[in-house]
Amino acid sequence: MEIGLNHYLVLSTILFAIGLVGVMRRKNLLLLFFATEILLNSVNIAFAAISHYYGDLTGQMFAFFVIAIAASELAVGLGLLIVWYKRHGNIDLDTMTSMRG
Amino acid sequence: MFEAVAFYLFAFLTIAMFSITVMTSQALYALTALAAGMIFISAFFFILGADFLGAVQIIVYTGAVMALYAFGMMFFDTTRDVKEKKGNKFIIIGLSTLAAVMVVAIFTAPLISTNMTAFYPMIEGAGNTQTVGLVLFTKYLIPFEVAAVMLLVAMIAGIVLAGKKMDLSLTLMNAEEIVEIEEKDKKVLS
Repeated sequence: MEIGLNHYLVLSTILFAIGLVGVMRRKNLLLLFFATEILLNSVNIAFAAISHYYGDLTGQMFAFFVIAIAASELAVGLGLLIVWYKRHGNIDLDTMTSMRG
Repeated sequence: MFEAVAFYLFAFLTIAMFSITVMTSQALYALTALAAGMIFISAFFFILGADFLGAVQIIVYTGAVMALYAFGMMFFDTTRDVKEKKGNKFIIIGLSTLAAVMVVAIFTAPLISTNMTAFYPMIEGAGNTQTVGLVLFTKYLIPFEVAAVMLLVAMIAGIVLAGKKMDLSLTLMNAEEIVEIEEKDKKVLS
């Protein structure tokens, strides 16, 4: 059985849905970061698959830049989380309501 | 045949690992399952002929990102169970599926049009790494440099944010000492 582009796109959809479920149900910010990594990776699969089936390298290039952005987002985000944890002793989303009107 | 077997095997493994990441209540299980899922995703890149991307995926995600997460988890209290949001399950799953289907629509909408041609076609007789290098350092040179600057900014931001007052622990101090330090900081800044 031939594996086509649609197989990869369906897989990417399933992984994206899993990541979105994680984003919506997690309260701990560290585990929320894990869910965002899943989202970025699922899109990378779609980019690589389209790049392969259309013989075009642009998809792979964009996947590289997505990886670079994910790495830098993680560095800054973890730094901020550590600062917040030192101040407040937890990283739950529900406690970050200091800007509520 | 082998491609199909590999695809279904790794698809099942990836979905299982990411489901564990999302559903488990132990932060350590989530971390290890995420690392395993990242490696399984690199298998798809190797199947698709994007060898360099697969290697980058393993090095950056399981080498750098997972190590950074592991270091970050040492700061946090990860032994207790993670509390979950008590939301409506049908709303969550329905919204996720809707958004994911919309992502596929975004990807497939340009593909349906028939006159799509390769912008930077793969070069015959050259390996994947070679073609990636050719395209990255000619057509995508400026985004590449901008990404380098962005990584530098992120590195400095991480050091500045996480390395502040590394020698003393704010969690072990009482409130008066923290206020005293903050007053000192204000005087230095003003």
